[in-house]
Amino acid sequence: MTTATAARQVPAFDPAGIRAQFPILSREVRGKPLVYLDTAATAQKPRAVLEAERRFYEEECANVHRGVHYLSELATRDYEGARATIARFLHAEPRDVIFVRGTTEAINLVAQTFGRQRVGAGDELLVTTMEHHSNIVPWQLLAQAQGAKVVPVPITDAGDLDVEALERLIGPRTKLLAVTQVSNALGTVNPLDQVIRIAKGHGVPVLVDGAQGAPHLGFDAPASGADFYAFSGHKLYGPTGVGVLWAKREHLEAMPPWQGGGDMIHSVGFDRTTFAKPPARFEAGTPAIAQAIGLGAAVAWLEAVGLAAAAAHERELLAYAEGALRELPGLRFVGTPLVRAGAISFLLGDVHPHDVATIVDRHGVAVRAGHHCAQPVMKRFGVAATVRASFGVYSSREDVDALVRALRAVQEVFA
Amino acid sequence: MSELTDLYQEVVLDHGKRPRNYGPLDGATHHAEGLNPLCGDHLTVFAKVEGDVVKEARFTGDGCAISKASASVMTGLVKGKSAGEVDALYERFHALVTEGPGAAGDPESLGKLAVFGGVHDYPARVKCASLAWHTLRSALRGEGAPVSTE
Repeated sequence: MTTATAARQVPAFDPAGIRAQFPILSREVRGKPLVYLDTAATAQKPRAVLEAERRFYEEECANVHRGVHYLSELATRDYEGARATIARFLHAEPRDVIFVRGTTEAINLVAQTFGRQRVGAGDELLVTTMEHHSNIVPWQLLAQAQGAKVVPVPITDAGDLDVEALERLIGPRTKLLAVTQVSNALGTVNPLDQVIRIAKGHGVPVLVDGAQGAPHLGFDAPASGADFYAFSGHKLYGPTGVGVLWAKREHLEAMPPWQGGGDMIHSVGFDRTTFAKPPARFEAGTPAIAQAIGLGAAVAWLEAVGLAAAAAHERELLAYAEGALRELPGLRFVGTPLVRAGAISFLLGDVHPHDVATIVDRHGVAVRAGHHCAQPVMKRFGVAATVRASFGVYSSREDVDALVRALRAVQEVFA
Repeated sequence: MSELTDLYQEVVLDHGKRPRNYGPLDGATHHAEGLNPLCGDHLTVFAKVEGDVVKEARFTGDGCAISKASASVMTGLVKGKSAGEVDALYERFHALVTEGPGAAGDPESLGKLAVFGGVHDYPARVKCASLAWHTLRSALRGEGAPVSTE
């Protein structure tokens, strides 16, 4: 008895305990327990994040960086504390971390500042075919404005980046490479070390879209060699409305302001206005204070869970899901990447993904059907849409089993 | 809560699987493209109009069971109808898929459209059911730009 008690250890990773920290996961939808497999669209939030936002509003709501009163001091301390937490997560310095609305805004910021400074007529921007629209369209807008060209870097039949093609396409006219850490539509994990090394060999700056990567893999920004890294709070178990841009300091210091307003200035006069140093230079107006504090709480929570343990749990679950889905007759994976994180895209016979999603939803299972804001990926695979199941730290084998049961029900309807 | 079979009625599944009036229409006087940017569904509707009357209608494209079934049933129903009658039928169809059978008037005269009576319980799918109709009406009005559900 005593030996058994002594031998009992606190488990390193406790899936049920983690899941219990997400209040929404205990609700029912359509009379069935919720099976949430749309984490790549937005992750659910643990109680620690909900509590951080509630505490801010109930106990210290005030604007930041201006007031000398007590609450403003608290709000500023916690807002900057969140920045420090996020910097630690990225192995970076707080002053190189800029709060933005999300990945989309971060990429637009880089395109409209760094991009406008560096890109001119006849230049080329390399963008991989697997990018989310938010890492394509800002570069197209920049290219249009500057007379430059967006050049797609192809992907293989498996949905992996065609690294040899990248080596062929990159050259003296290349002014930037935009590449995702993890594909939202396919789940592909890109070999960033190799990709960034190739770009550096040509002196090409690299922007990494971390929207899908940060929650599953984290990122060592300075060690990566990347010039820019962007991610969204809401996909990392944090609130909507806040995200992060990290950039190399030399770039931040050289980049002009993007949006003008309060908080981003040093002094304003009608004869002359001077701008604040980064990161304030890029945070015009009252920021998303509560959301930033919530994101800090999300990052701290994920670190406490252990990013490596969470990643191991998710890898094991993805392998289980691939195996279980493969058992379904007529199921075809769209994208079979060498390394996968977060998401699995597939088709079920000739049933349209929207019909699949509607029917599994009636079984309480939330999946995404559509082009996943990655139409070039759909075109590459010759499909209009896919079904995507995506996973998070709270996902379980039971979720996968419920998905498979619901997919069998789809097959019965369309038998 | 409604049952799945209210949405995926046998007739809907059958039309989705084996759509009628599918393929290009020789001698079409009108045609238009319809696109649902949210899901990538894409239809082209063709019509042969004589005077004010739709003599024939056909469609091509790719979509979910609901959008294909809707196009299939619609292209059958509008044959022999004037543009005004098509508009009137559309109004009833629209009421049916957004508000339900109670809002669509006399159930008898709805004819085959009645199989879409379950759609109103699935707000995310109303656009699937409506795409073919928007596209046909655009074709009949002779509008050049593709129709979008957004």
